[in-house]
Amino acid sequence: MRTLTSNLHFNFMGKRKLAMTFSIALVVISLASLLTRGLVFGIDFTGGTLIEVGYSEDADLEAVRAALAGNGFAEAQVQQFGTPRDVLIRLAPREGVKSSELSDKVFGILSEQSPGKVELRRVEFVGPQVGDELTEDGALAVLVSLMAILMYVAVRFEWRFAVGSVIALVHDVTITLGFFSLFQMEFDLTVLAAVLAVIGYSLNDTIVVFDRIRENFRKIRKGDSEEIINTSLNQTLARTIVTSLTTLIVLIALFILGGEIIHNFSLALILGVVVGTYSSIYVASSAVLMLGVSKADLMPVQKEGVIDDMP
Amino acid sequence: MLNQYPLWKNLLVVFVLATGLFYALPNIYSQDPAIAVSGVRGAVVEASVKDKVKQALDKAGIPVKEMEDKGASLLIHFSSTTDQQKAQRVIAEVLPESVSYALTTAANVPDWLIGMGGQPMNLGLDLRGGIHVLIDVDMDAAIKDKVEAYTGDVRSTLRSNKVRYLTVKADDLGIDIKFKDAATRDKAEEVLGNEFRNLGVETRDADGAYYVRLTLPPAEIRAIKKFALQQNITTIRNRVNALGVAEPLVQQQGDRRIVVELPGVQDPTQVKNILGATATLEYRLVDTEHDALDAKNSGKIPPGSRLYTVREDGRPILLKKRVIVTGNQITDAASGFDQRSGSPMVTVNLDSKGARRMRNVTIDNVGKPMAVVFKENRVVGRDAEGKPIKRLVEDVISVANILEPLGARFQTTGLDSPQEAHELALLLRAGALAAPIDIVEERTIGPSLGQENIDQGLNSVLIGLLAVMIFMVVYYKVFGLFANAALLANLVLIVAILSLLQATLTLPGIAGIVLTVGMAVDANVLIYERIREELRVGSTPQAAIHAGYEKAFSTIMDANVTTLIAAIVLFSIGSGPVKGFAVTLAIGIVTSMFTSIVGTRALTNLVYGGKRVKKLAI
Repeated sequence: MRTLTSNLHFNFMGKRKLAMTFSIALVVISLASLLTRGLVFGIDFTGGTLIEVGYSEDADLEAVRAALAGNGFAEAQVQQFGTPRDVLIRLAPREGVKSSELSDKVFGILSEQSPGKVELRRVEFVGPQVGDELTEDGALAVLVSLMAILMYVAVRFEWRFAVGSVIALVHDVTITLGFFSLFQMEFDLTVLAAVLAVIGYSLNDTIVVFDRIRENFRKIRKGDSEEIINTSLNQTLARTIVTSLTTLIVLIALFILGGEIIHNFSLALILGVVVGTYSSIYVASSAVLMLGVSKADLMPVQKEGVIDDMP
Repeated sequence: MLNQYPLWKNLLVVFVLATGLFYALPNIYSQDPAIAVSGVRGAVVEASVKDKVKQALDKAGIPVKEMEDKGASLLIHFSSTTDQQKAQRVIAEVLPESVSYALTTAANVPDWLIGMGGQPMNLGLDLRGGIHVLIDVDMDAAIKDKVEAYTGDVRSTLRSNKVRYLTVKADDLGIDIKFKDAATRDKAEEVLGNEFRNLGVETRDADGAYYVRLTLPPAEIRAIKKFALQQNITTIRNRVNALGVAEPLVQQQGDRRIVVELPGVQDPTQVKNILGATATLEYRLVDTEHDALDAKNSGKIPPGSRLYTVREDGRPILLKKRVIVTGNQITDAASGFDQRSGSPMVTVNLDSKGARRMRNVTIDNVGKPMAVVFKENRVVGRDAEGKPIKRLVEDVISVANILEPLGARFQTTGLDSPQEAHELALLLRAGALAAPIDIVEERTIGPSLGQENIDQGLNSVLIGLLAVMIFMVVYYKVFGLFANAALLANLVLIVAILSLLQATLTLPGIAGIVLTVGMAVDANVLIYERIREELRVGSTPQAAIHAGYEKAFSTIMDANVTTLIAAIVLFSIGSGPVKGFAVTLAIGIVTSMFTSIVGTRALTNLVYGGKRVKKLAI
């Protein structure tokens, strides 16, 4: 295999206007979808009951729906899950019924209705109050990790880099969420974990690029900021692509073989890795350039690591 | 530029890897389906019971793989889950009530390995099947109960000090006591102030009446809440133990929640019923001086008595208000069948205080009837906010004449079914809940789904790993092999640390490992790309290796520290599945730094170091 590194000279920064238009378009579409269509939250966040049952033969969804409707569960959502034998039933929280007993009732109805044996594979019940708490905790986790990262990068690099990396992260998170909103895919706790992992990954990518930019600002005497950033991006390009590739390889393995439960988790990560790779090249670096970073900002002070020239 | 590691560094790599392999080792031993037989509440399983179990299994012709006699308990290994389930039915029939059994898995780890601290990883409920419930303790009710208890104490204190009051009224936060004149009120203030030092005492005049108000100070409220939570945890733990579940987890979460995790449980309905049940018994004398039917029809209940209904036929009955003994004084209970009538019954043991009272009361009342009241809080619906509405259901399950004075141990009949007798005995043994509880979250995973999750998780790790390794060898040649060795070592270390910490591996945890596999090679990619760059600008191979590792180091650090920050935030804020993911991600980041920097360097130095190298296979 030929290596990717033989002296590349892509003019990344020259196309930054185009890239920015593209990014802004994606972010706007994502935000519009998030605002109008919203996210399809899983029961982890909304509260409710989810029951997965396995039949010995292919399940007759219509019969299941009819049996549930006939017993006062007309609003139950019934769908196939993974294989034709597995059925997933969702129930909204109900008033007047002890929610933790709902699953027993539903399973009883299904056992009666089915001629063959029905197996209770999984029950998840989340009370509305717990759901609210999880939503708050989740949002808090995203915010706190963004803040912590902002601080670390500001201390290790410089404030423009911190802002650049956070802009890239917000970009990645927004587009990942936007995708889930646009295609109305379920957003549950595992997807939230994936979004947080995307923050970690995309940041990893961005930091590697920044690290090279910092090094080159100190080393290369000729050329303006744009040229130096371009050189840095070209030098790290091989690594960026190889790492994304290996990560994507395992994620695709997880997506295909990991089973229904982590399907959305792996999808969110695949999406996040692709967007994160793109954003560390275009969004983070362009932001740093536009914030007016210059050589003087990164010349080593007495001790490396305590560079902070916040005005 | 010799690129040679000092001996100690090579030894360190070997040592870390050897330790990792050792502690990862327990995980390759197979897990047998097993049944654990143990005494309820820490009681020892008698040798006779063990023999009985052995004989019953022999008779039924169920092959036993290994019978592990652990002194106080018995662990029976089986070769298959079918055998295990067959054996379960056999064992259930022969075991006495003081002994419980539970389906579990038992690892075949050799003793010498266990002796050195080697244990397999804990598998989460999503991988082994089981039920997880999150229980919310109703703190408002706990406080209300306490206020009510204080109300009774206030009345009797005032009465015994001969202070006349008009009314005593309890509300959510305190007790209002109304007096006719200021002098009585002041006397009451003094009496109550002395008696209830832990409560706040205020006085107030309104509408020509004089009040004393007792309030619960914040410290008292905190104490009540803490007690309610602790007491409920103890009770729930007792109940869970009585259910016979192997390796149950009962844990406080936050300041009003309890997490219960029961691996391998297959009947969530029974578990939920037992956890939330409030059934208890009360013993009272029957009021024989008044007619119960009259009292019911006229609504005139004689003072000192209360009206109840008999469960069997629904007829009314008047019982004395004074309770002889309550469920709190019951120390032990067992269900069985009455010898004469064959109906289900519960045998009850009282503590010394309860026994004394029972004897004193029954000596004075031989020949008179005594009643047993069955009390239970039942959920009857939910209010607009979704909070459960509970009603105390009380009915009389048995009325019998006192033939002779009763002591510490006696029988109660009148229960509907053996099942009810069994559950009541269990609840009496475990103790009462200090405050009502509500299940706010439940996750049940069937055993077959758990196995599927394990298989799918392992499959995706293996295939993903293989694909990445092939890519690395093709792209980086010999150096790719070094990276692959580091990748494998990294997996071994993650497994070893998870086993050592006895952290729980969940499905999201496996996803975290998969992600680490993808990202672990990143450090090597960074180093190797640097080496290539150095070679391109004309460095000698040895200098290129040296510079490559040197220059990539700070980048790797920065990149990994930031990801670690994200993992730590995830761990501290996230719950359940998110935590499992964060744990493996964080462990993976740390171990991968070691294997991909120190580990691969050791290999590189071993192969290329200290000699003249013309060309690097990179």
